[in-house]
Amino acid sequence: MRGEREEVKGMKKGLYLWAGLLGLVLILQLIPVNNLLFAKKIVPLVWQCCYLIIAATSLNLVVGCLGQLSLGHCGFMAIGAYTSALLSLWAQRAGVFSHKESVAYIVVVLISIVAGGLLAGLVGLAVGIPALRLKGDYLAIITLGFGMIVVNLINNLPFAGMDGLSLGSAASGLYKTGLGFSNRLLVKYLWIALLGTTGAMTLMFKFMKSRFGRNVRAIRDDEIGAAACGINVPAYKVGTFALSACLGGVAGGIYACFMSALTTGSFAFTNNGILNSTFLVAMCVLGGLGSLSGSAIAAAIMCLLNYLISQTGLNSLPGWIGLAFSYPMLIYAVVLVVIIIFMPGGLTGGREISLKAVIGKFGARLK
Amino acid sequence: MAKLIQTLATGLQLGSVYALVALGYTMVYGIIKLINFAHGDLIMVGGYTLLYTIPMIASMGLSPWIAVVFAVVVCVMIGVLTELLAYRPVRRRGTGMTALITAMAMSLILQNLAQYLLYMTHTMYGATVKSIFPQGSISITLGHQKLSLSLATLCTIGISCGIMIALQFMVRRTALGRAMRAVSEDKEASSLMGIGVNRIILVTFVIGSALAGIASAMWFSIYPSTSPGIGSALGLFAFVSAVLGGIGSIPGAVVGGFVIGIVYSFTTSYISSGMSDAVVFLMLIMVLLFMPAGLLGKEMKEKV
Repeated sequence: MRGEREEVKGMKKGLYLWAGLLGLVLILQLIPVNNLLFAKKIVPLVWQCCYLIIAATSLNLVVGCLGQLSLGHCGFMAIGAYTSALLSLWAQRAGVFSHKESVAYIVVVLISIVAGGLLAGLVGLAVGIPALRLKGDYLAIITLGFGMIVVNLINNLPFAGMDGLSLGSAASGLYKTGLGFSNRLLVKYLWIALLGTTGAMTLMFKFMKSRFGRNVRAIRDDEIGAAACGINVPAYKVGTFALSACLGGVAGGIYACFMSALTTGSFAFTNNGILNSTFLVAMCVLGGLGSLSGSAIAAAIMCLLNYLISQTGLNSLPGWIGLAFSYPMLIYAVVLVVIIIFMPGGLTGGREISLKAVIGKFGARLK
Repeated sequence: MAKLIQTLATGLQLGSVYALVALGYTMVYGIIKLINFAHGDLIMVGGYTLLYTIPMIASMGLSPWIAVVFAVVVCVMIGVLTELLAYRPVRRRGTGMTALITAMAMSLILQNLAQYLLYMTHTMYGATVKSIFPQGSISITLGHQKLSLSLATLCTIGISCGIMIALQFMVRRTALGRAMRAVSEDKEASSLMGIGVNRIILVTFVIGSALAGIASAMWFSIYPSTSPGIGSALGLFAFVSAVLGGIGSIPGAVVGGFVIGIVYSFTTSYISSGMSDAVVFLMLIMVLLFMPAGLLGKEMKEKV
């Protein structure tokens, strides 16, 4: 009885979430596209937040919930991004859509993103089956190698070289391939990013709440014990890895929509920005390992911080302080070390944040 | 034939640098089970030290070899600082995962600090370090092909082999080496036997960083151009060497370093320089899949 009631409650909660999203999208449609602050500042930030949240949270499935360190998540993002860009390019060449306002275009974009996710998931399956026989640092170094191999291979593909998607022509911009959104389209199609993020988060929460998620957590806590209880450890490990790779690919597709050009350098391990496999792991640790909501919040905070530092002119401050802000990675890394020393459990300590608990806490403080 | 031997010599030269850096990774890993990502960046630190000290020492009329002493001292200082300021506090409070993130963060800090300092001192990217090795080469005639091996290549291979033998002797035969092996096996038991565990860990960092300082002199005699990111690529290859040979094992790091160096140089000269990263990592993955503990590592059974 009780389980049934909880299930109904859970469904209601999900319903509220989706209703909220629908309302948000409707409100966004009301804001005029020519509102400069909204179109030029807030919308790009939201897009960035969205793909970082999906990427960090899906990585947390492997790092936090399964307890296996993966350093090649950006490789899956690269696969997703390039697959969806190439697919939309093909659709454009085939004349599936004529202009970017049509319904056909939206369908093409959605299919491309999903296809990118599926291919990344398949690759994740293929990589996971052999790689997950290893553990800990060995798995870390193998996934790191995987990320580098992906970047290397894409660089050497004849139709998707280092200069983006040239396909024998001079056009390297994503606008021309059909997937890239102009500033106006970024505003108009903001719902795609929001839908992707909400969908991915719902999927992951559902997974972790289900029998699958319980088994995965059991494997993390005691692998041998889980195996002794009859859990098929390799299958669950590979399944989780593939799911994480698939959602990483979706994040890559959304990234490709947002960017004006794709270069493999942005997915490389040595990429000096906050989109790199190291910082994705850092977001998982900062948010609390195993806490999906925590890593989403950490990703949003990191994105916001990055935006504040790069956009608010802190780097034009006089002297060495301003100069330090023009190398923000230095500041992030120092802050990261300090947080790890003083808050080793991350922001949430590995627990999920529930809205009820937060409201309850604040309510108690107000009284 | 001449090309084959030339490629082999280049491979051995690269491999001996990789092996020296890999030793630093493997010793630290063996003792505290941490991939010290900042270790590769010590090569960059050493390179910039050499960039400034070699002209200074040359102007004083001394041998450029003395510059290596400065590089070693600076590398050791930085290595010890990372251990004291970051790794030790994190080890006390965090888990293996947080320690690893700290190591990556330290690597980012060193690279970006270097960028920052370069900007402050108006140093160009890609400033070249003078070689500390004597110029010139030895020519050998093989049939009707001429083969020339530079003195730098021979010096690099010879010196690093000497260092590796000395290190192996130290770890196997001296009291310090015994203490290091004891700490890597069981920290609690060795502290009960009167070994200062933290002191031994610090000594490991000192030795590893000193090796990185020497390796930087060798590396920049091959590729003299300096940049803040130079250490991460080299460090990755050195780390791959350590894993390939079986991380935690000193002979393993040496074997892994030479294998990676030779594979890299053969891929570059016989297949394509663009693919050498992919080939090296593919080889690593293959080796790990069939020998999960690396070439010379011991396989550990998990106990309940």
